[in-house]
Amino acid sequence: MGTPRKPEESYGLLAEFEEGEALLEAARQAHAAGYRQMNGYTPFPVHGLSQALGQKPTRLPLLVLVGGIVGGSAGYFMLYYASVISYPINVGGRPLHSWPAFIPITFEMAVMGAALAAFLGMLALNGLPHPYHPLFNVPVFSLASQNRFFLCIQAGDPLFDLVQTRQFLEGLHARVHEVQP
Amino acid sequence: MSQSPHDEPDLTGVPQGTAVESPVIQPGHTYASVTDQISAIVLTRPTSHGWIFGFAVSFTLLMVFLYATAYLFAKGVGIWGTTIPVGWAFPIVNFVWWIGIGHAGTLISAVLLLLHQEWRTSINRFAEAMTLFAVSCAGLFPLLHLGRPWLFYWLLPYPNTMDLWPNFRSPLIWDAFAVTTYFTVSILFWYAGLIPDMSTLRDRARNRLAQLVYGMMALGWRGSAAHWHRYETAYLLLAGLATPLVASVHSIVGMDFAAALVPGWHTTFSPPFFVAGAIFSGFAMVMTLMIPLRWAYGLQDFVTLRHLDNMAKVILATGSMMAYGYAAEVFFAYYSGNKYERYLTVNRALGPYAWSYWSLIACNVVAPQFLWFQSVRRNVSALFIVSLIVNIGMWLERFVIVVISLHRDFLPSSWRIYSPTIWDFTHLIGSVGLFLTLLFLFIRLLPMISIFELRELVHKTNEET
Repeated sequence: MGTPRKPEESYGLLAEFEEGEALLEAARQAHAAGYRQMNGYTPFPVHGLSQALGQKPTRLPLLVLVGGIVGGSAGYFMLYYASVISYPINVGGRPLHSWPAFIPITFEMAVMGAALAAFLGMLALNGLPHPYHPLFNVPVFSLASQNRFFLCIQAGDPLFDLVQTRQFLEGLHARVHEVQP
Repeated sequence: MSQSPHDEPDLTGVPQGTAVESPVIQPGHTYASVTDQISAIVLTRPTSHGWIFGFAVSFTLLMVFLYATAYLFAKGVGIWGTTIPVGWAFPIVNFVWWIGIGHAGTLISAVLLLLHQEWRTSINRFAEAMTLFAVSCAGLFPLLHLGRPWLFYWLLPYPNTMDLWPNFRSPLIWDAFAVTTYFTVSILFWYAGLIPDMSTLRDRARNRLAQLVYGMMALGWRGSAAHWHRYETAYLLLAGLATPLVASVHSIVGMDFAAALVPGWHTTFSPPFFVAGAIFSGFAMVMTLMIPLRWAYGLQDFVTLRHLDNMAKVILATGSMMAYGYAAEVFFAYYSGNKYERYLTVNRALGPYAWSYWSLIACNVVAPQFLWFQSVRRNVSALFIVSLIVNIGMWLERFVIVVISLHRDFLPSSWRIYSPTIWDFTHLIGSVGLFLTLLFLFIRLLPMISIFELRELVHKTNEET
């Protein structure tokens, strides 16, 4: 193994593939070779890529559940507070806490909370908005949003070596580009 | 886009013969070609004369709408024909009509996504945009109808010096919550779908301003595996949330009517009947708009006859539900033994507004019957005409429900013939101007077909062949 380069000299190496299957195979091999700090970039979701790269399943569903529960309970509490505590009106002896009439708004508020959690949670967990990223320095990376598939092994990975990693990636029949930080 | 890879072509729910005849996407397309063709509409193709003409007409109508609204604010709701006992009239008819149209977007995007209907891919973005614009139009009418529209915020629960709350036991306030939630969730769903395509436009744009604007809208999207994983999870969850939401919104609109004691309104079957009507009119509107668009922008490869055929089938199915609904209404009136309900039914069919009732039957029950024939479902002009008729029919249906029920209810001494004024029509046509203006801007500035989902579709189609 050669002398590891310092991360600030390079962000990593970017391998370019024509097809999603080639990228998926490369991701499996890179994971098997022990690389961990890496990511795949594709113009549409390639199923199984995230798992092949060894990424954990997202916690987003939990966040959405919490969002829904918070939204729904806040909605119900508001209805209860308004109708029973803040401004109780006796209409012909009907109950103040008339829960069946509170269901629609509670439901709407639960959906609102869950949907906001899904959208904002997805952005937050993805670290978006994120206008600048070193990968944008590589001209060919603009094809990641069109018709090319990329695998980036980051310089921060303990196994990363500019020469050996490049050879490893070229062994996978990829064109390799260096990413400036 | 779908969460799990599925190899069984049977999931598309279309007989194999049809599938072979017209595919969801014409063969021979690659990732690059679909990207080129859709993004070119926004980025490189010159603005066509047709677009400029259409936009000019729509924008003029929008100005007419603004003029009518300014006049309304100055004079009050008396400029409309709305008078007691017909206190709801055109504005509420327009509201329900638009909100019904606004149901197709979420239905196509969310429900068909959950059902693995791949053919939705080419039409979902457009249908979602249509939803947003239709709900925008819908939301304006109850506000304009308030009489004192500048006090619209009284609908919202907020701590105020009057120490009052909205009446939370009224479906009208449920409606305010439902429409607000629906609009918000539709925007989130639509924008979430746009993010990856914004990155495509950012990377393809040559113009600095376009790069900046699309770049900002893309939020720095890189399409990394981790991004896509969370993105798909979020998208699927949003679809799962939107599905019951879409049913709740029009159910609550149905309850606005059902909770009143007015004959013809006070029925438990309003909510499902309204939901079926919403799907019916929404799909019809998607078809009305998509048929000229695919022709004008040469999108026949992506919006194929298969799409039109499937949409026609949905229109036929929901149209049949509507027919059942009209029959059930008559039966309920008879079977209830309630003389007001019975009179209403007779009055609908033979009263002063009988023309609207029979036109409605012709538009919503008779016209869709032609869709039983495959030759009609594959004839683009015939489909366009049927969808247009359905749109008109659904407007008439709300007119029948609102006006005929109100103009003669319990007390003959308070009966009155309602007639709309020029301003009623101005607001109706003007709102179409608002809708079309937004739509024209959308098709010029944003990709009207989801590009990344088309790439996924190309991938799947290649795998299958």
